[in-house]
Amino acid sequence: MVMINLILILLVGGLLAMLSERLDENMPRKVAMAAVLFDLIYLISSMLSLPEIAQLQAPITNDPSTWLMHFKANWIPAFGISIEFAMDGISLLMVLLTLILGAVAISASWTDIVKRKGFFEANLLWSLAGVLGVFLALDLLLFFLFWEVMLIPMYFMIAIWGHENRGYAAMKFFIFTQASGLLMLVSILVLSAINQETTGVWTFSYFDLLNTNISEQASYWIMLGFFIAFVVKLPGFPFHTWLPDAHTQAPTAGSVILAGVLLKTGAYGLIRFAVPLFPQAALDFSYPAMLLGAAGVVYGAVLAFGQADFKRLIAYSSVSHMGFVLLGIYAWNELALQGAVMQMVAHGFSTAALFMIAGSIQERLHTRDMSQMSGLWHQMPRMGAVAMFFVVASLGLPGLGNFVAEFLILLGLFQVNVWITVIAATGLITGAAYSLLLMQKSFQGEINKKWAESKLSDFGQREMMTMAVMIIALIFLGIYPQPVLNIAEPVLHSLLDLTALALPSIAEAKL
Amino acid sequence: MNASVFYAMTPILVLSGTAMALMIQASIKRDHKVASIIVAIGLILSLLGSYYASNFTQPVTVLLQVDNWSLFFTGLIIAASLIILSLSLKTFLPEGERKEEYYLLLILSVLGAVVLIQSSHMVSLLLGMELMGVALYVMIAFPERGDLPLEGAIKYLVLSACASAMLLYGFALIYAATGSLSYIGIGVEVARAYEQNPVLVLAGSAMVLAGIGFKLSVAPFHMWTPDVYEGAPTAVTGFLATVSKGAVFVALTRFYIDGNLYQYAGLTAALAVLAIASMLIGNWLALRQENIKRLLAYSSIAHFGYLLIALIACAHIDIQLVSQSITFYLTAYIVTTLAAFAVVSSVAEEDVRGQEIQALEGLFWYRPLEASALTVAMLSLAGIPLTAGFMAKFFVITVGVQSHLWVLLAALIVGSAVAIYYYLRVIFAMSKPCKVKGKASTGFDRTLAIILMACVLLLGSWPQPFIAYMGTL
Repeated sequence: MVMINLILILLVGGLLAMLSERLDENMPRKVAMAAVLFDLIYLISSMLSLPEIAQLQAPITNDPSTWLMHFKANWIPAFGISIEFAMDGISLLMVLLTLILGAVAISASWTDIVKRKGFFEANLLWSLAGVLGVFLALDLLLFFLFWEVMLIPMYFMIAIWGHENRGYAAMKFFIFTQASGLLMLVSILVLSAINQETTGVWTFSYFDLLNTNISEQASYWIMLGFFIAFVVKLPGFPFHTWLPDAHTQAPTAGSVILAGVLLKTGAYGLIRFAVPLFPQAALDFSYPAMLLGAAGVVYGAVLAFGQADFKRLIAYSSVSHMGFVLLGIYAWNELALQGAVMQMVAHGFSTAALFMIAGSIQERLHTRDMSQMSGLWHQMPRMGAVAMFFVVASLGLPGLGNFVAEFLILLGLFQVNVWITVIAATGLITGAAYSLLLMQKSFQGEINKKWAESKLSDFGQREMMTMAVMIIALIFLGIYPQPVLNIAEPVLHSLLDLTALALPSIAEAKL
Repeated sequence: MNASVFYAMTPILVLSGTAMALMIQASIKRDHKVASIIVAIGLILSLLGSYYASNFTQPVTVLLQVDNWSLFFTGLIIAASLIILSLSLKTFLPEGERKEEYYLLLILSVLGAVVLIQSSHMVSLLLGMELMGVALYVMIAFPERGDLPLEGAIKYLVLSACASAMLLYGFALIYAATGSLSYIGIGVEVARAYEQNPVLVLAGSAMVLAGIGFKLSVAPFHMWTPDVYEGAPTAVTGFLATVSKGAVFVALTRFYIDGNLYQYAGLTAALAVLAIASMLIGNWLALRQENIKRLLAYSSIAHFGYLLIALIACAHIDIQLVSQSITFYLTAYIVTTLAAFAVVSSVAEEDVRGQEIQALEGLFWYRPLEASALTVAMLSLAGIPLTAGFMAKFFVITVGVQSHLWVLLAALIVGSAVAIYYYLRVIFAMSKPCKVKGKASTGFDRTLAIILMACVLLLGSWPQPFIAYMGTL
């Protein structure tokens, strides 16, 4: 029930936020913030109240009773579709990330949104609820439902409150994810139909479908359906083209949610579904997948370097960073997977913060064009310092979360394929190039005459508080990553065991 | 013949009685209000009648097959007609002198649709189709101003006449081959006839399929659809899209399955071509439409393409699942389309300008309820989870996967992906800032929007009761 409550609190909170606009124009953001914080406290308190055994026990992937939490109820018994939620360490990390970044996004929308505030906060909370559903649903059809439904509030956020080219961006975003989602739907149905043919029972439960006996060829095709859907969302090269538009045109809070959380649903889907359900097919496909990942790392970095638009640069840097995640997942060993999970969390914080800075700049200058900026540090020293911190975090400065993540991924990848590691490692250099370019063009150098006269307000208390949360999180991840690794480790272990069982060749190689 | 046969025919008898009552009323005193009340009462009584008749399911002569399945659809289209009636009231109240005839035409058309749904014989199929069609020509041309209704009506009349001719010729060929006109009779004889003269059977059924294809407006027989949808008054367009097409598809399903025609690979292949063409052409041509009714016309072409997948699948798998899929899909489609037309008719002016997608701009901000209902309807047509349209698509994809119809499924994916664009355009237009405030809404508009939206969402989010109910049909 805890997991359903987590989602319901956000849904109801969204409704209340929308209605509260009638009382007072500024009420919605307070209600929304209260809902997210309440959800966060509720999650932590229910985690702490779990019996100690559940906290310590390592989960076995195909046995839900060993997971932290599990809930199952009938929904459409005619097809064996149930409302099944379960939580293990990875879902827990993702849910925590979602709720923290949700609070950040609401803070980012505090003064950014000026019209129809109630409906905006409602959409924000509903999309967070959808994301939570994605991270918790373990019935494949329920997962698909959340996967699709979380897009609708996001679509509205871009289409109604976005910037100049919002219609195009919103449409592109929706069509890309929908079309790839349809492929996944067909894959899910094929998988379930194969299971039904052999066992005679309709089921969409993850735990049942893990044991499906599929022919090699069929599993390859089904795996591809899942893979494309997840890689479009990740986004991996060459399916990334929706991302720069959507991120650039979305309002700040929307960009924070998109980059910080929504992209992670793709990576989560790969770890949770695409590989464990089809271990052999995933192994066969790992080489092309890693090549796509490496291509994403390099291509994203090169394009980021060429951008003049502040937000677009960050958007392309996401393509590069998420390429690392794809590499880490398909290297499929413990180090690389730890790195991938770490990267999901660290990238969530660093990019969300950068988008928030971009939003603040746009709010003050009404432009995102970096050629019109330069020298902003003089006017807004606090914002400049904070930006400096997140820029170096994003380029992978040792001591911060992103470095740990990328280092682990490269270390794990090195054991699998040296040459791809070499290509991917160049991403660290190019990453430094575009990140520093961003800093130099906007904050350093001469003051642009346009802004020399006008008084630009620096970060205020609310913004500094929000930034502080993310700064602390990144430093913590950088110098003491062990707690996060500890939460993820047992899950990754059992995933590796599960796939190793299915792959005798790998098990032998390890011996 | 005993009394229970008449009980089984309750819906048809009540509808015929209502038609007669209307004619008598017209001869005494022509009055718009009284006529509409008589029709409403007649429809409600026949709705109850279709429930009552379920105690007496049986074949009624060779012409009609009254069973739970046909009674369900009878009830569904009568309920849909009631909603259409309520939409028509507004349209025709301010019209000129002649308006009572409309109600007579409506009830006759519904009667035709019911006969079509319950038909088990080619004669009743033709009778029902013609009765429904002839009344519809006049309904389309009913508004007194403008050329568009007239153009639409004539187009529909000419092409329907062609379709009927094809249908009749097809019947003749099948009769020549099998010596039977009833579906069951054809089903018994068709295997022997096919052995003797395969060309006759295939050509005959192909012509019947083509004739029915015209009425369903599957590609390449779809040319009339956008013009007729655009020209007809919105309420009549809604009738055409839901009652007429739904009834024809039910009749097609009966004919195709009872006549054992699904065994022949040639026919299956022909249907597959129609399905793929409809899915691709319908969705493709809808992309550039500026008129919301034309857009819905092309979208309906695509939807009947999806629906044909289920019909094709009955060559490979259990008929039970196929008929459930068709039932669910048609129900979802009818409810969703009704929701869309209810909102369009309450929001858009009855002229070409008023029906452009642009005219919907800002609807979210001045009529949020109707805008939400139209959004839900569009999402349902696009097949987004939690709406009826998703469950319908789920059924179709399931039967498609089970029968390994990969090419058709690929066309479905491509078609649906394209379709998202034009459904979203409507939603995007509604979310734009509002420039000109349109008509204010009435309490009735809002109630209807809420009810239909709730039906669409309920069918999509909690389908289990309905699936269980379909199991009893």
